[in-house]
Amino acid sequence: MSTDDAHDPKFGEYGGQYVPEALMPAIEELADAYRRYVLENEDGFMDEFRERLADFGGRPTPLQYADQLSERYDTDVYLKREDLLHGGAHKLNNALGQVLLAKYMGKERIIAETGAGQHGTATAMAAAHLDMPCEIYMGETDIARQRPNVFRMRINGAEVNPVTVGRGTLKEAISETMRDWATTVETTHYVIGSVVGPHPFPKMVRDFQSVISEEAREQCIEKTGDLPDAVLACAGGGSNTMGTFAEFVDDSEVDLYAVEAGGSSLQVDEEKGVAPNSASLSTGGEGVLHGARTKLLQDRDGQIMESHSISAGLDYAGVGPELAHLVDEGRVTPVNVDDDAALEAFHRLSQDEGVIPALETAHAFGFLEGHHDEVGDTVVVNVSGRGDKDLETVIEETSKRDLDIAPDLSLFEQIGGGGR
Amino acid sequence: MSLEAAFADEPAFVPYLAAGDPTYGASLEYVEALARGGADVIELGLPFSEPIAEGKTIQDAIVRSLEAGMTPARFFEFVEDLDVDVPVVCMTYYNLIYQYGAEEGPGPFVERAAEVGIEGFVVPDLPAEEAGPLREACDEFGLDLVFIVAPTTRGERLETMMDQVSGYVYVQARLGVTGARDDVDDATEESLARLADWDVPKAVGFGIKTGEHAERIVSAGADGVIVGSALVDIVAEGHESGAPVDDVADELEAKARDLKEGALRGAQERPQPERT
Repeated sequence: MSTDDAHDPKFGEYGGQYVPEALMPAIEELADAYRRYVLENEDGFMDEFRERLADFGGRPTPLQYADQLSERYDTDVYLKREDLLHGGAHKLNNALGQVLLAKYMGKERIIAETGAGQHGTATAMAAAHLDMPCEIYMGETDIARQRPNVFRMRINGAEVNPVTVGRGTLKEAISETMRDWATTVETTHYVIGSVVGPHPFPKMVRDFQSVISEEAREQCIEKTGDLPDAVLACAGGGSNTMGTFAEFVDDSEVDLYAVEAGGSSLQVDEEKGVAPNSASLSTGGEGVLHGARTKLLQDRDGQIMESHSISAGLDYAGVGPELAHLVDEGRVTPVNVDDDAALEAFHRLSQDEGVIPALETAHAFGFLEGHHDEVGDTVVVNVSGRGDKDLETVIEETSKRDLDIAPDLSLFEQIGGGGR
Repeated sequence: MSLEAAFADEPAFVPYLAAGDPTYGASLEYVEALARGGADVIELGLPFSEPIAEGKTIQDAIVRSLEAGMTPARFFEFVEDLDVDVPVVCMTYYNLIYQYGAEEGPGPFVERAAEVGIEGFVVPDLPAEEAGPLREACDEFGLDLVFIVAPTTRGERLETMMDQVSGYVYVQARLGVTGARDDVDDATEESLARLADWDVPKAVGFGIKTGEHAERIVSAGADGVIVGSALVDIVAEGHESGAPVDDVADELEAKARDLKEGALRGAQERPQPERT
């Protein structure tokens, strides 16, 4: 657990609480609950959280030696298997923590936003598990490309509210959830899905996710007798990234790589106000969005740009303020991988290791493919989630490209709809 | 005229429109029509792409304005082009204020605002805790900083805001986001009572739609009423139906008159202070 000051809303210049006045009492109440229950374990909150993470969530997740990749790269590659957590992604750590906290706080209703649907799914599961009513906001573009997760939320009893404004992705869903919260703040807890938003969310979400690095660090020492040379994690909002890095931040000999979505290009289309990537750590500027000062994709006037990634979970114009700070401090190295390389890495990990990764995760492996000579002799890569949710996207995007490594998809064309 | 002076003699009617909605030229006409209809202060929206405190009506207005090419630079030209003799307050989100100009921070934006004659700011995503740099820039250039007090604002936070607020205080009539409603929330009276000893005018906004609403709000003790969505609705309907700009302007002027007259009636209904 982090020892930084729970009351300090900033990470250097980043962070803060830039929210409508109606929400300020709620985030103050939340900051107090975070201090008491999470940091001080009042009423045994953290004991119950850890117990539920084990029994309901399936922790600890393994740290697996990747035989084929290690041989291919002549580097010992270890996979932190968050895809094996209940629900298929690291998201459950945070969702379970926050829904349980809402219960301790006496809240009656849960709301959340989701991009790829993994956070929405995890929140719906946690809410069902803890018997709380739950509504999820999701952009209509994301609903279309993440149908399996939409069904999973509904199956777990959550309402899914489509967001039609803007491009209908995570950015719009967050704004819409904040509007709901501003109306219902007295009875409702907003389960923010990443290390973004106003204080205390970035610290609290990091702490719930830091179980990843806590386990990975111990498991690595147990298996190798030492710390890894590098830790890699994909970065969208940054919850998986901060969770994977948190316990390594003080280990200065361990290099930390945050792998962002380079999308189709790092160049910005100023005319259309579109960034064809989601690389806010690599290319963004400082600004204020969704409650925090952080690095953002924005135009010269400060209007937020539409972002892009093949992966819905990385498709966001901002990033957590602590990551922005760690990048400025030189502790975290931001790198990026484009859509093509991520898709290729998706197929490689699936074929070489029998692990079908989320497209988010595939970005981290895309970086490893191109830079395995630079990351040292032992590297830990967080498999942030499993790729089942992305299969429709993968089929569609693979069919548009000439990828040597991809399976022959003509099988689908041959059988067409006749197999039904 | 200063903001406080606009509230001095009678209850103030404070309309909001998004600058440049649906076009630069039409929007100028609409704001001027509101002034003819009795506006005492005009809250002019500089649109931000992520307006988290706004309901659908104003979100849509912001999209129309941005699509029509509104930018901070154009906004300042807009204020210069406006032919009104009432104070103008800029309502926008902090990222636009922070990013303006070559120098980091709110200084260049506030300086430019002062140059074009803007009197103050309302910034919905900037609570008092984060407002220090903007407050300093406002002090340097002689502008007011209006804060929004919500029904949930209590205790020490009220004290912090009281220390920083100037011009007027924006009393949020109910929880939630902006948008016209068919009733007036009881939270308004409680909020006004909590602010009774503040020495700035209290203007109530969020959900006020009719002259009757304005009358009730002012009779409950408000020094002014802020109306946005009910006016933006008129702009939106005119835009969608393709109505001539003059007709929409006339409708806005009539609506402004109705709201201002409601506020004046409300003032007459207030209990008169006992003479000793």
